[in-house]
Amino acid sequence: MTTLPETTGKKLGLVIDLDICVGCHACVVNCKEWNTGGYGAPLSDTDPYGSEPVGAWLNRIHTFEITPEDAPASIVHFPKSCLHCEDAPCVTVCPTGASYKRGEDGIVLVEEDKCIGCGLCAWACPYGAREMDPVEQVMKKFTLCVDRIYNDNIPEEDRVPACVRTCPANARHFGDFADPDSDVSVMTRERGGIDLMPEMETKPVNKYLPPRPKARPDVQPIKATSAPKAEGGLLGWIDRALEAL
Amino acid sequence: MTHPDPQIDTSPHVSDEIRKTTCYMCACRCGINVHLRTGEDGKPKIRYIEGNRDHPINKGVLCAKGSAGIMQHYSPARLSKPLKRVGERGEGKFEPIEWDEALELATEWLGEVRCKEPRKLAFFTGRDQSQSFTGWWAQQFGTPNFAAHGGFCSVNMAAGGIYTFGGAFWEFGAPDWNKTEFFMIFGVAEDHDSNPIKLGLSKLKSRGVKVVGVNPVRTGYNAIADEWVGITPGTDGLFVLSLVHELLKAGHVDLDYLIRYTNAPWLVIDDPDGDDHGLFARDKNGDALVVDRESGDLVAYSRHGIKPHLKGEVTLPDGRKARPSFELLAEKYLSHEYAPEAVSETTGVSANQIRRLAQEIADAAFKSEVVVDQPWTDMKGERHEKMIGRPVAFHAMRGISAHSNGFQTCRSIHLLQILLGSIDSPGGFRFKPPYPRPVQAQPKPHGGNKPDQPLAGPHLGFLRGPEDLLLEDDGLTPQRIDKAFSWDAPMSAHGLMHMVISNAHAQEPYGIDVLFMYMANMSWNSSMNSAGVMKMLSEKDENGEYVIPKIIYSDAYSSEMVAYADLVLPDTTYLERHDAISLLDRPISEPEAVCDAIRWPVIEPDRDVRGFQSVLIDLGARLKLPGLVNQDGTPKFKDYADYITNHQRKPGIGPLAGWRGNGDQTGRGEANPQQIARYIENGGFSETHVPEEALYFKHANKAWQDWAVEMGLQDGPVENVFQLYLEPLRKFQLCAEGKAKPVPPDSHKERIKACFDPLPIWYAPFEGTGITESEFPYHALTQRPAAMYNSWGSQNAWLRQIHGTNPMYIPSEICDEAGLEDDDWAWIISYHGKIKVPVKRMNAVNQKTLWTWNAIGKRKGAWNLAPDAPEATKGFLLNHLINELLPPKGDGLRWSNSDPITGQAAWFDLRVRVEKADTPGDVSEPVFGAQKSSGVGGNGSLSYGKEWTK
Amino acid sequence: MHPAISVIFFTVTSGAGFGLIFLLGLGVPMPEGPTAAFLASALAIGLSVAGLVSSTFHLGHAERAWRAFSQWQSSWLSREGVLSVITLSLFGLYALIWLMTGERNGLLGFVSAAFAALTIYATAMIYAQLKTVPAWHTWLTPLCYLGFGVSSGFLLALSFGEMDRNFAVMALLINAGFWFVKDRWWRRLDSVGFSETGSDVGTATGLGKIGKVKLLEKPHSGENYLTKEMVHQIGRKHAEKLRLIAKFAGGLVPALVLIAIILFGAPGYIAVVGFFSIMVGLFAERWLFFAEAKHAVSLYY
Ligand SMILES: Nc1nc2c(c(=O)[nH]1)N[C@H]1C(S)=C(S)[C@@H](COP(=O)(O)OP(=O)(O)OC[C@H]3O[C@@H](n4cnc5c(=O)[nH]c(N)nc54)[C@H](O)[C@@H]3O)O[C@H]1N2
Ligand SMILES: Nc1nc2c(c(=O)[nH]1)N[C@H]1C(S)=C(S)[C@@H](COP(=O)(O)OP(=O)(O)OC[C@H]3O[C@@H](n4cnc5c(=O)[nH]c(N)nc54)[C@H](O)[C@@H]3O)O[C@H]1N2
Ligand code: SF4
Ligand code: SF4
Ligand code: SF4
Ligand code: SF4
Ligand code: SF4
Ligand SMILES: [Mo]
Repeated sequence: MTTLPETTGKKLGLVIDLDICVGCHACVVNCKEWNTGGYGAPLSDTDPYGSEPVGAWLNRIHTFEITPEDAPASIVHFPKSCLHCEDAPCVTVCPTGASYKRGEDGIVLVEEDKCIGCGLCAWACPYGAREMDPVEQVMKKFTLCVDRIYNDNIPEEDRVPACVRTCPANARHFGDFADPDSDVSVMTRERGGIDLMPEMETKPVNKYLPPRPKARPDVQPIKATSAPKAEGGLLGWIDRALEAL
Repeated sequence: MTHPDPQIDTSPHVSDEIRKTTCYMCACRCGINVHLRTGEDGKPKIRYIEGNRDHPINKGVLCAKGSAGIMQHYSPARLSKPLKRVGERGEGKFEPIEWDEALELATEWLGEVRCKEPRKLAFFTGRDQSQSFTGWWAQQFGTPNFAAHGGFCSVNMAAGGIYTFGGAFWEFGAPDWNKTEFFMIFGVAEDHDSNPIKLGLSKLKSRGVKVVGVNPVRTGYNAIADEWVGITPGTDGLFVLSLVHELLKAGHVDLDYLIRYTNAPWLVIDDPDGDDHGLFARDKNGDALVVDRESGDLVAYSRHGIKPHLKGEVTLPDGRKARPSFELLAEKYLSHEYAPEAVSETTGVSANQIRRLAQEIADAAFKSEVVVDQPWTDMKGERHEKMIGRPVAFHAMRGISAHSNGFQTCRSIHLLQILLGSIDSPGGFRFKPPYPRPVQAQPKPHGGNKPDQPLAGPHLGFLRGPEDLLLEDDGLTPQRIDKAFSWDAPMSAHGLMHMVISNAHAQEPYGIDVLFMYMANMSWNSSMNSAGVMKMLSEKDENGEYVIPKIIYSDAYSSEMVAYADLVLPDTTYLERHDAISLLDRPISEPEAVCDAIRWPVIEPDRDVRGFQSVLIDLGARLKLPGLVNQDGTPKFKDYADYITNHQRKPGIGPLAGWRGNGDQTGRGEANPQQIARYIENGGFSETHVPEEALYFKHANKAWQDWAVEMGLQDGPVENVFQLYLEPLRKFQLCAEGKAKPVPPDSHKERIKACFDPLPIWYAPFEGTGITESEFPYHALTQRPAAMYNSWGSQNAWLRQIHGTNPMYIPSEICDEAGLEDDDWAWIISYHGKIKVPVKRMNAVNQKTLWTWNAIGKRKGAWNLAPDAPEATKGFLLNHLINELLPPKGDGLRWSNSDPITGQAAWFDLRVRVEKADTPGDVSEPVFGAQKSSGVGGNGSLSYGKEWTK
Repeated sequence: MHPAISVIFFTVTSGAGFGLIFLLGLGVPMPEGPTAAFLASALAIGLSVAGLVSSTFHLGHAERAWRAFSQWQSSWLSREGVLSVITLSLFGLYALIWLMTGERNGLLGFVSAAFAALTIYATAMIYAQLKTVPAWHTWLTPLCYLGFGVSSGFLLALSFGEMDRNFAVMALLINAGFWFVKDRWWRRLDSVGFSETGSDVGTATGLGKIGKVKLLEKPHSGENYLTKEMVHQIGRKHAEKLRLIAKFAGGLVPALVLIAIILFGAPGYIAVVGFFSIMVGLFAERWLFFAEAKHAVSLYY
């Protein structure tokens, strides 16, 4: 059913910390590895060893360069995937009802055996979070690892998204945004977490923590360190310092 | 309107079995849980690989490479049978042969060499993780010519560290992530410590600790650093010594630490005309002398209860003058040449930034000292109530080491750490067991070349002085084919693998008969001057014989190097064999625990391949090498697993430390037949925690020493006085001055006098001084991409989508000069060659520096990729611009493009200019003929895991 | 956006088909007798169905196309499907009666005309609804679709030679009028960019506050579904040329034909020349409709 639930019980999603993401792609590959044998059709790769390898991925890392007016340029690694929007256009445009947002936790999924592969949902998503599988020809998207987070066949501590578990820099956090006291809610409040393209009015659930401000070039000159006062300069100082020992 | 959600199975079956082993997608050696699940064919297949949460290295996380292990394991480039060359070298034309034939052939070739002239075997093992075994094997064989990849990798870090304080950045230590208050990282893109560094950085970030990245390029770790020092390549030494200048000037040094743990008080003979000028004044027992502040007497530093002085000239009994090394040190670095203003232009770092950083470092070290409430006793028997820490930590890797001044620069950074008193103090840089292991606890290098005789000791080691060089009787000619431990590179503790092929080709110092290599893509990304190396490998003499007569190579995949071998020994993948990550080797210990680990066949090979180490065991037995056969000549070990379990290097000490004896002993103990089984039960590794009292100040900590001996890490207590002033270097200078024997050739004298300063110095990288600045104004570098491993990731269907091509990142200003826009093509030109490459403009980079990702470019046809694969058409190697030799100096000699002290390959000394490529066609150049691959082949398209999805 | 032939063919032909249904339903004069009735209805239905069929070619799973009827409450694509079926059945009935009795049922005709218009509108709304593609996200889009559907249908209807010059005048005005609308649509496209939402790489990444943001490295070095589908680039000059072709073949040529009919009493069936010409023009126009449209995702690439 492609009408959206007015509200969802939980609002599960991710917080991504741009201040610590080192752009290592661990989340990208581990996501592919988990999901290609997991929920729905495999994530295929066409021409895998040829001149134009193209595969379906659920999460990708972009690298942006930021050049401020008055400071050296800096780099931000930018993981991008589905944001589980509350007003998800990808859901309402779907003609078959394959694309839906779960009432209980807000996860946006594709019921693949209903999907006709028309691609309209991918067009409707401002964030490029949906990719048509090149072989299976159904729409693939980030599942928030719905087959991990509730999975009784894996240890409790591992019931988190594959990308969250694998991120070596701990830049990805999973939780319930409906609960104001959850880690993700708190983190978002404290670090001023932001929405991507709020103007698209999709109300993303996932939040991004902006990079902390970098050291700025020294404007006023730093005074030269003066040699220790009193006679003898360093050697004199050594004497007194040694006395102190 | 509300509506029911579709029912989906949120608890699907994941896997039938989890097998825990060690990752080998890179040298970090993380623990992995390999999930196996039945595939279509009913055989177990890899469903998923995740990090092992209990593992000391990665604590559950897994990087991109590790997560792509499935695609590596099922790579189309996997070799499937021994190969014998039928075409010409380089073509890749082979006939598959049986193992018996392959091993007989190898035995014949090697046997001949061994009984005539063992040194005619050059055995170099590249990215080897079993060096303690392969080296031991070569030792039994009797050739002096063995080394692994360390010489072109990071020997400067290892040697610089070991010689200075008995540890090293390079895997032998780590920052105290939990306690440090200031962290500075030099020249690191990924490092071998891939996951631990990321885990550590996130700890620092969550604690709000300042991270400073010193790197010409602001990507990766430097992107998230709070402050970036966009240094000009090859000038870190100056930058660091300028920090030292500032700290000394302000008196921000830990004198107590210097007196207790370093040779700062040791007296240096000041006798300009004497033969001992610059050596330490010693008593008759050879103990270094110091002045006692109380009595003013000359006493041995080792004497207890004395108060050594740090300044003041004294007269020795024999009338010569001497001064504490600290006084020399202070004078040197306080001089104006190290003032921030003086170094600012060369380093590209503003005087302001240097000053501020010096102050921040001092504040962190001395204003926020950390105190651990743990009494401990030092080796002089003095008890300390607390452990006082200087919470400033540094880390550095190849950005420092891969320059011709890397050894001295590395020492400069250690000097800075030591002046602050931060080495192995809480919050500083910590040793990883079995380290600390100073020079005196390290082996010396061993040579030799006796028919049918093993070497007296290990090939590689740390020489104490010129007396330990490996030279022929003439005192000039190198004993080793790579000229390690010769005047070219006296302290080349890891050998010079990058010189082997060109020396063997030039038959300098002598020709060899068999080149036996393992796991090094020497005809491509692993060599400088790759095109030249390809020629050398395939060049024939006047009789039509190959100049390098026989080449045996072991690889698991159809790499560029395979095509140049006469005999190929196909290895298994890392999931199909036994391995030991041994304390005798490059261990995986963490500062708080000694650790080692294994690999075991978590999945059976489906091809006719054998683990290389098992093959060596077999060859060793066929060659009847001592230690590899029993009295009666029968093989001593069934295979590598058998060796791992039963080999003893010394009584009670074997490749693995865990579960020895009856399984209740660690470190020392009899061989335990159940050992490997116990490792498997424990998740593939063993971890033994260092006692609380031994956690810090290991270099001088009695509790540590006792424990290390008990654990078999060392045989007795080891004195470890940090060598700020490095006497062995001075000894080489004395030889060059003609005051000591042996005397280097005239050609080398000036270089040794200039570079072998016993106190850390900076000198300009050699290539830069060999060319004209205006002709080659820029620097060009490579960086490790986090999601690709050297050459071997390109066969990986997933990783190659991420890095299938590599642009040359060029500062926007340089682009504007050359009229370059994104996706234009440019010629990058060095004194040695030119390459045509795609361009990407960049601002967040040192304005004189170009860079690209390392080893993305591939030779056409290699790795079983389509000949028109982007790696071959748009990808490129910087290596074609880098020569293994320096520009001619006119002295008739061609010097190796290496550090003059350690022989470390100076990859990052490269100087270039940029020109817009107007020639049409967007294919990177140079282009080489396609080579034929021998892998198992791959599918048209992949839908991995389909059988498990509904 | 990637200009997929199947979709271009779909929108243009079904547009003409439903346009013709619209006019026939409104009862525009047709020659007496079953032949004309048959030809006209067959053409109308044929074009519409051909379009609909071709639209299924770009589906990954055409065999499941029937499912697309289920979400008419929320999805314009679904509505388009449902509406076209309704329209075709209504008009089918209308055509049947016409063939049998020679009578054209006014009421039924009117209703099918209305539904035909709705169908074209729904088709247009599939694109016009997308906030992610600002170039499409305007009421001008359905207007153009309707206009061009009717224009092309009109030229076809005229070709039966039964209508007097007043109809030709009407056709002329409609076609010319809608090319002016389209021209506005184009001028809007040239200026709008992402200005209406104010999106740029700064808002897309949330990093705009810090400084000028530029993509340094794509997530993967090669292409992917998103770049192929949504980051289609087309040269300015190339576009200009195609716009001229569209206006010439779609606007000018038909206009001349109609003028010939109006002023020089040329026989109505020469309108068929105008029809073929406008189809060519509309193919160019529709190709550009996709190729020139920028998707928000391109801000990340
Ligand atoms: N321009 C430039 N060049 C460089 C560097 C640089 O910074 N810049 N870095 C240098 C450094 S530090 C290094 S270490 C080298 C690294 O370069 P190499 O030493 O070539 O290392 P790799 O390319 O990782 O792999 C070497 C070979 O090991 C094979 N291999 C992989 N797995 C196995 C296995 O399980 N068994 C066997 N038998 N073989 C296997 C691979 O197929 C490959 O052919 O590159 C050097 N080259
Ligand atoms: N993912 C991944 N991990 C790897 C590897 C891999 O291929 N991929 N390779 C492994 C191997 S063999 C090795 S040796 C290690 C090497 O790991 P690293 O030590 O990270 O070596 P490189 O990646 O060569 O990066 C050298 C860094 O130093 C910088 N640099 C260059 N010159 C200078 C300089 O003069 N000063 C300073 N301050 N910085 C400089 C470069 O910009 C670059 O960031 O990585 C290992 N780990
Ligand atoms: S794994 Fe973590 S650090 Fe690496 S790219 Fe993903 S989010 Fe960033
Ligand atoms: S990010 Fe895109 S795909 Fe995900 S919910 Fe929002 S609109 Fe839908
Ligand atoms: S592609 Fe599948 S999920 Fe997306 S809109 Fe079409 S039918 Fe729905
Ligand atoms: S949550 Fe799961 S599906 Fe989403 S990116 Fe992470 S691993 Fe992929
Ligand atoms: S860092 Fe990655 S590739 Fe290297 S061992 Fe660890 S998981 Fe494997
Ligand atoms: Mo290396």
